[in-house]
Amino acid sequence: MSHTTQQRLAFNEPGWLDTLAAWLLGLLWLLPLVYAVWTAFHPPEFSTRFDLSAPLTLSNFSRAWEAAPFARYFFNTTVLTAMILVAQLVISTLAAYAFARFRFRGRNLAFALVLMQLVVMPDLLVVANYKTMAQLGLIDSLLAIGLPYFASAFAIFLLRQTFMSIPKELDDAARVEGAGALQILWRVYVPLARPVYTAFALVSVSFHWNNFLWPLIVTNSVNARPLTVGLQVFSAVDQGIDWSIITAATLMSSAPLLIAFLLFQRQFVQSFMRAGIK
Amino acid sequence: MDRRQHAVNIWLMLLPALLLLLAFTHLPVVATLFDSFHSTPKGARASVWVGLENYRVMLDDPVFRKALANNLWFAGVTIPLSIGLALMMALWVNERMAGRALLRMAYFTPTVLPMIAVANIWLFFYTPQYGLLEQISKALGLPSQNWLGDPSTALGAVTLVAVWKEAGFFMIFYLAALQSMNPSLREAAAIEGASGWTFFRRVQWPLLMPTTVFVLVNAFINGFRMVDHLFVMTRGGPDNASTLLLYYLYEVGFSFWDTAYASAITAVLVSILAGVALLQFFVLDRRVHYQ
Repeated sequence: MSHTTQQRLAFNEPGWLDTLAAWLLGLLWLLPLVYAVWTAFHPPEFSTRFDLSAPLTLSNFSRAWEAAPFARYFFNTTVLTAMILVAQLVISTLAAYAFARFRFRGRNLAFALVLMQLVVMPDLLVVANYKTMAQLGLIDSLLAIGLPYFASAFAIFLLRQTFMSIPKELDDAARVEGAGALQILWRVYVPLARPVYTAFALVSVSFHWNNFLWPLIVTNSVNARPLTVGLQVFSAVDQGIDWSIITAATLMSSAPLLIAFLLFQRQFVQSFMRAGIK
Repeated sequence: MDRRQHAVNIWLMLLPALLLLLAFTHLPVVATLFDSFHSTPKGARASVWVGLENYRVMLDDPVFRKALANNLWFAGVTIPLSIGLALMMALWVNERMAGRALLRMAYFTPTVLPMIAVANIWLFFYTPQYGLLEQISKALGLPSQNWLGDPSTALGAVTLVAVWKEAGFFMIFYLAALQSMNPSLREAAAIEGASGWTFFRRVQWPLLMPTTVFVLVNAFINGFRMVDHLFVMTRGGPDNASTLLLYYLYEVGFSFWDTAYASAITAVLVSILAGVALLQFFVLDRRVHYQ
């Protein structure tokens, strides 16, 4: 017995070489971020000189904040990600429930049409979607950025899987008590699927907080620009090469997600796992 | 509730999703194909049917060919490299390694950062004369190198950023699969006296196959979708040395406003990705589960 345990432990224990390699790679992976933090929190003359006695400062952040309408960009991104998330949750919950619990003609075809979006993503159809937005008079609005993402095949797929795993007896019990389909959905299915909702919400928020190409295309003013586009305009046009300000702005725009990630690391990682396992 | 009412209710639940998908996925695909067979309307000149003209132009367009070749190279390097690294990372942090929570965080952090933001940082990294890379190579006595300004290194430099961004993301899926593996497999292997390598090759790797397929498809899609960093780092240059298909599509569609040609490029991109999806569905998925 003790012999087996010992052997298993030895088998489990990675060698020092593995540990060293893993840590080297880990440091390498963090290096860009560490570098950015150094530059952002030190005066410009130290941005490429690594002197441990260099004074710390927050002035790069205040200079960046004043140099571009970052408050507006933050507001836009927050409204945008919230709007997309709410729309996605409501729309996909209804669709997923219909797919998971009802038999009807055309169900497989309808589901196949939904799944198409997993491959033919809105990110690729920018030319045609831009035309649509122009026709709708929505260019340069938050709604235009969000609309193509409101129906999410990924969310529908994920929720359908979850709903299908919920015992049908719960349904029947609620129905006996006289609850309608929507009431059952709201009282039985949604609460039981809560971990999946959290998982999807984290994935969706980090995707749309970071999304760039479509917002760049469909916006042309401060009114609708999200952070990512604002940051790109800021660092490309306004700043020349003042790295301290640019890295400060860069960290500022990533900060909400980064801080959320550090605080809720376990949930983040588990959410991404849950969302990825089909 | 009668039958018809029942069916109406079901379709009402599906309606918002299906309408939105129709408007922003299915119709755009049809419109893209339609536009790709027409000319771009210019001023008073309306769009006319041109058949395969846009595709013929594409074949002769050196920039398109460059973008396609670059993209194949970009995908061909990022896919195996990021998956390989992801697997290695997952195997490491799955073991009882010193500080593995910290390591897992280090690997995963690039995933939550906006690509456009990390591209700024990497740009600074690569900057000639005073960027970090320059300082390191100077300290080692190596010659100065303009990583992003030199056509021979620009594509490699932007590819590295993509690998760095993706590996931690894929690690998560491998880690999830490794953690759900039955621990008695490991015990059995240890009792049999199998080496760590044999255990990986004979037990872990085959069991990870479905994960590998999932990650592979995602890596492939991302290989044709990740272009955000180009906007900050190279703008596709120098001399189109680092341009990728989606970036070129953006330039054609929204800098040159040649929407018909951009539609043809979109059609090519969509076909590439659809081809991969079909391959996964009909070939890979079937093989993987039956071994």
